[in-house]
Amino acid sequence: MSSKLQRHRYLVARRVTQALVVLLFVGANTWGWRVLIGNLSLSKVLDTVPLADPYATLQITAAGVVPTADVLLGAAITLVFYVLLAGRAFCAWVCPLNAVTDLANWLRDRLPLGDSGPRSSFSRSARFKVLLLSFVLSALLHVAAFEWISPVSMLHRGLVFGIGLGWLVVLAVFLFDLLYQRDGFCGHLCPLGGFYTLVTRLSLLRIKHDHENCTECGDCQNVCPEEPILAGIGRASGSVLAGECTNCGRCIDVCEVEALAFGIRGKSI
Amino acid sequence: MQADTQDRRSFLQRLLTGAGALTVGAVGWGGFVQETKSAPLVLRPPGAVDETEFLRRCIRCGLCVEACPYDTLRLAAPGDGRPVGLPSFTPREVPCYLCENLPCVEACPTGTLDQDAVTSTTNDGSAFLDFRKVRVGLAVVDMENCVAAWGIQCDACYRACPLLDQAISLQYERNVRTGKHARLLPVVHADVCTGCGLCERACVTEKAAIYILPRELALGRVGTGYIKGWDSEDELRLQNVSNDVSTETERSSKTPLEYLNEEVVDDE
Repeated sequence: MSSKLQRHRYLVARRVTQALVVLLFVGANTWGWRVLIGNLSLSKVLDTVPLADPYATLQITAAGVVPTADVLLGAAITLVFYVLLAGRAFCAWVCPLNAVTDLANWLRDRLPLGDSGPRSSFSRSARFKVLLLSFVLSALLHVAAFEWISPVSMLHRGLVFGIGLGWLVVLAVFLFDLLYQRDGFCGHLCPLGGFYTLVTRLSLLRIKHDHENCTECGDCQNVCPEEPILAGIGRASGSVLAGECTNCGRCIDVCEVEALAFGIRGKSI
Repeated sequence: MQADTQDRRSFLQRLLTGAGALTVGAVGWGGFVQETKSAPLVLRPPGAVDETEFLRRCIRCGLCVEACPYDTLRLAAPGDGRPVGLPSFTPREVPCYLCENLPCVEACPTGTLDQDAVTSTTNDGSAFLDFRKVRVGLAVVDMENCVAAWGIQCDACYRACPLLDQAISLQYERNVRTGKHARLLPVVHADVCTGCGLCERACVTEKAAIYILPRELALGRVGTGYIKGWDSEDELRLQNVSNDVSTETERSSKTPLEYLNEEVVDDE
């Protein structure tokens, strides 16, 4: 039993973190807690420190608005945290949609849906095109274009403020990942993930690989939602330096020989 | 050589497939945004900048909603028929109770709810958020369905108004049908009405006969063709008007006699 927990320790930690973030926001809206107020687009910590979604802030800027000092400060704090330290951890540790797509992928692996062919039916770099498109549309239509349709915001806002028909959008993402493309939304399309991928290439917190212990079993590559980034596993020791890495820690979880661990960035594998 | 051509062909195919998918996505996405952003019958929170600016400025954080003690404000969810995630309110359900210090405006971090628009100064010079300056909409009366206009005694909206006898006054009119009663007609004064919607909430008819519309929809505009000549302030509206106004038309270039003797040809 404890070994089973050991095999899922980062997964459990992530679910707890994701739930805690939602709980704090719900608590603010429902019971008047003052710890974390607002939502993932912008929030206030303890009624004072602003946190803002830097991607939403950029879209608003592209739409022709000069953000207020509060918004800029909030976006800067968030950016500094992820860019310098945590990498693309938002996607795996905060984003509530991650639990939905993880469930879809977990189910996909257990249903006879035919996953033996190439893993991507379209390019993982599609997200960067969506990212670019979101800025073009924001500038053309004078609104933050992705915020208009973002399943991430719809789900999170829905959990805190009431979801309406937003669950249909979440269901669509779930079915897309389950039936059409494994890791289809988070690993291929989401421009928010694309944004964090681009800006967190230099962050400190990294997955470190110890070549000495590695048996090249391939478990880590099978479980990784951004599988191509682990191509160098088993060849030499080093850090996973790709911006695509969400620091989800699943590879560490499943590794039976302790060839993987969190650490501070070193040379690339 | 053969392989080269194959490579080039498959590269071009992938390029075109990608471009196709991107175009479909862009048109669908952009079209959806463009269509849904024109939902004009939405009442925004106090102090809101004009709708176009509102749509681009609001980050959808919901801090105004959290600050509202009456649960008046709601963030639109998918299916509400409003741009998703933006705050608005429905007076017939929960009106705006015009809090003393406008906590919703104070909570807004993006400047979408503009403090300057609702700030007044007291006699000793200190600034405060003034609910009297709120202009979230304008009350409009449907006289056809107002029971007071029928002659039935009702002053629900008048009594509900937080600016009693200022935003809505009662105009007394002789009831010609009975010959011995008065009709108490509610009259809304647009220069005072905040659009809070307490009147709409209070209205006794099945569907409210007094209701809030966004001010851009409810109000006309005189333009510079007419001014209140007896009001020196109103004359200021003419300050920036160009003097380059011509009354000449195609017909006026001719003499009246020519014009009158001409056959009228309707060429439109």
